[in-house]
Amino acid sequence: MLAQDDFFLAPGIEWFHLGPVIALVSGALVLLVVGALTPRWPRGLYAYVTALTAAVAGGLAVFNWNDITDDGVSTLVGGALAFDTFAQMITITVCAATLLVALVTDDELRRAGKDGPEVYALFLIAATGAVVMGSANDLILLFLGLETLSLALYVLAASDRERPTSQEAGIKYFVLGGFASAFFLYGIALIYGGTQSTNIGEIIGSFQTSVLLDGKDTLVLAGIALLIVGLGFKVAAVPFHMWTPDVYQGAPTNVTAFMASVGKAGAFAAMLRVLVIALPFHRDDWRPAIWVLAVLSLVIGSVLAVVQTDVKRMLAYSSISHAGFILVGVEAAGHNAGELAPGDGMPSVLTYLLLYSVLTVGSFAVVSLVARNNGGDTSLDAFKGLAQRRPTIALALTVFLLAQAGVPLTSGFIAKWGVIQAAVEEESYAIAIIAMVAAVVAAFLYLRIMVSTWLETGAESTEREAVPFSTGVAVFSAAAFTLLIGVWPGWLLDAAESVTTYAK
Amino acid sequence: MSLFLRDYLTVVWFGLAAILLAGLLLGVAAAVRPSRPSKEKLIAYESGVDPVGMGWSQSQIRYYVFALLFVIFDVEAVFIFPWATAVERYGWFGLITMLIFIVLLLDGLVYAWKRGLLRWV
Repeated sequence: MLAQDDFFLAPGIEWFHLGPVIALVSGALVLLVVGALTPRWPRGLYAYVTALTAAVAGGLAVFNWNDITDDGVSTLVGGALAFDTFAQMITITVCAATLLVALVTDDELRRAGKDGPEVYALFLIAATGAVVMGSANDLILLFLGLETLSLALYVLAASDRERPTSQEAGIKYFVLGGFASAFFLYGIALIYGGTQSTNIGEIIGSFQTSVLLDGKDTLVLAGIALLIVGLGFKVAAVPFHMWTPDVYQGAPTNVTAFMASVGKAGAFAAMLRVLVIALPFHRDDWRPAIWVLAVLSLVIGSVLAVVQTDVKRMLAYSSISHAGFILVGVEAAGHNAGELAPGDGMPSVLTYLLLYSVLTVGSFAVVSLVARNNGGDTSLDAFKGLAQRRPTIALALTVFLLAQAGVPLTSGFIAKWGVIQAAVEEESYAIAIIAMVAAVVAAFLYLRIMVSTWLETGAESTEREAVPFSTGVAVFSAAAFTLLIGVWPGWLLDAAESVTTYAK
Repeated sequence: MSLFLRDYLTVVWFGLAAILLAGLLLGVAAAVRPSRPSKEKLIAYESGVDPVGMGWSQSQIRYYVFALLFVIFDVEAVFIFPWATAVERYGWFGLITMLIFIVLLLDGLVYAWKRGLLRWV
C-alpha cells in the first residue's frame, strides 16, 4: 500500500460557476448525439435548441456576474479558469452572437434542404472555445479554447458542400489558421521557457519576484512576438489579414457572421488576457507592435474596403478596419496594464466587441436575405432597389451600416467613441487621429451600399426578398439593440467600466 | 551569452556533430561505391514483390473514415494508460473525470455509427 502523499490533489470543481461552458457543451452534445439517434427534427427545432442553449449560457453568465460582484474574483478548477466579470462579459457577447446566428442560420439551411444538427453543434462548440478563451487563466487552456474555436470554424467555413468557394474558404482558413496556431503555441513555449509557468497568475508572479536574467528576457520577448503574430492572424489585423476577404466571401453568409462576431470576440479576449493581463511588465515592449498593427489595420482595411464591389468582401475589409479600432483600445489598455487604475482601454474594447458582434450579425443577416433571392449573388448590384422591394429590411440594413460607420445615436458611435476616448486619455493622439480619418474613409463604403439600396433601382424582374420569421426576428432585435444602445448607452458603459479581471 | 542560453550550446554541438557525421558517412559512401544502375535495380522496392501499377495510386476514400474513427480510440489510449498507472491515487475524482472523458469521445463513435459511416458500402 502506498503512503498517502500530495502527489495528486483533486482540484475543486465549481460546477455552477462553470455553468456557461457546461451548458454550451451539453447543448452541442445533445444536438449531435440525440440528433443522430432520432429522425429529422421538425422544422427549426435544431436552431431553437441552439438559441435556447446560448440564452441559458448567457443567463448563467449573468448569475456568475452577480456572484463576482458579491464575492470578488477568484479562479476555478485549480487556477485553470479565471472567474471574473471580464470572462462573463465575453461569455455574454459570445452567447448573444451565437443566439442571433442560430436564428439566421435556420431558414438559410432549411431552404437549401440541408437542415441538420451538425452546423448548430459546431456553432455551440466554437462558442465554447471562445468562452474558454475569454476565461482562461492558463496559456495552455487558452490555446485549447483557441483550437476548439478554430477547428469548428474551419469545418463551418467549408460546410456548404455544394459550393466550391466554400470549400476553398475552408482550406484557406485551415492552412493559414493552423500556421497561426503553431506560432501561438511556440510563443507559449518560449514564455514558459522564460517564466517556468504557463499559468497567467504564476507568469505575473515570476516577474514580480525574480530579477530577470537577460537571457530569460530574450525568451519572453521572442515569445511575445510570436504570440502577437498568432493573435494577429486570429483577429485579422493587417499584415496578417490576407485570409479574411477570401474566407469571409467564400464561407456561407451565416458562418461569416459567426466568424466576424464570435471569432473576433474570442480572439480579442485572448489578446487582452495574454498581453494586458499576463504580460503587463512588458507593456512597453508589446505596445508599439499593437500600435503598428492598429494603424495598418485601420488604414488598409478602410481603403481596400472602398474599392470592393462585392458586399460580403466589403464587410470583410470593414471587419479588418473594425479590428483596427479595437486594437486602438488594446493599445490604450496597454498604457497602464497591470496598474490598480486600469484606465478606459479594457472596458472600451469589451464594449466594442459586444456592440460590433450584434451589428455584424445583423448586417450579414440582411446580406444572406438578399443573396438567397439572387442565387447567392452578393455584389452591389444585388442590393439595388432593395428599398422598394423591402423597405423595412433596407431600413434595418441602413441602421447597421450607419452604426458601423459610427454615426451618433447608433451603438457604433458609442463603440468608436469609447476606444478613441480611451486613446486620447492615454495621450496617444496620433492613433486617435488616424482612427478618426479611417472612420471617415470607411464611411464612404457604407454610403455606397446605402446608395445602392435606396437610390438605385434594380432589375424589374427581381422578386421581393422572402423574409422568414426567425431571420426577421434576428434582424429586428439586432437593429433595435443598435438603436437602443445608441440612445441609452449608460448602463452598458457602466457595466463595462466595472469589469474586473483576475490577476495575481 | 547568458547562462541560460549556454545550456543550449550542447544542443547546437550535437546538431553540428550529427550533420557532420551523417554528411561524412553518406559522402564517403557516394565517393567509394560503384554505380551501375539497371532497370531492375531502379524499380520501387515492395518487399520482393514486383510492383503493380504506378507509384501514384488512388486509394478508397472510405478508408479515411476509419482513420478518423481510429483517432477516438487512439486518444483514449493515450490518456487512459498514464491515468491507469495511478488510478487509486486519483480516487473517485479521477474515475468520474475519466468516465466523462470516455463518454465524450464515444459520442463521436455513436454519431458516426448512427450516420451509417461504419457500414462498408
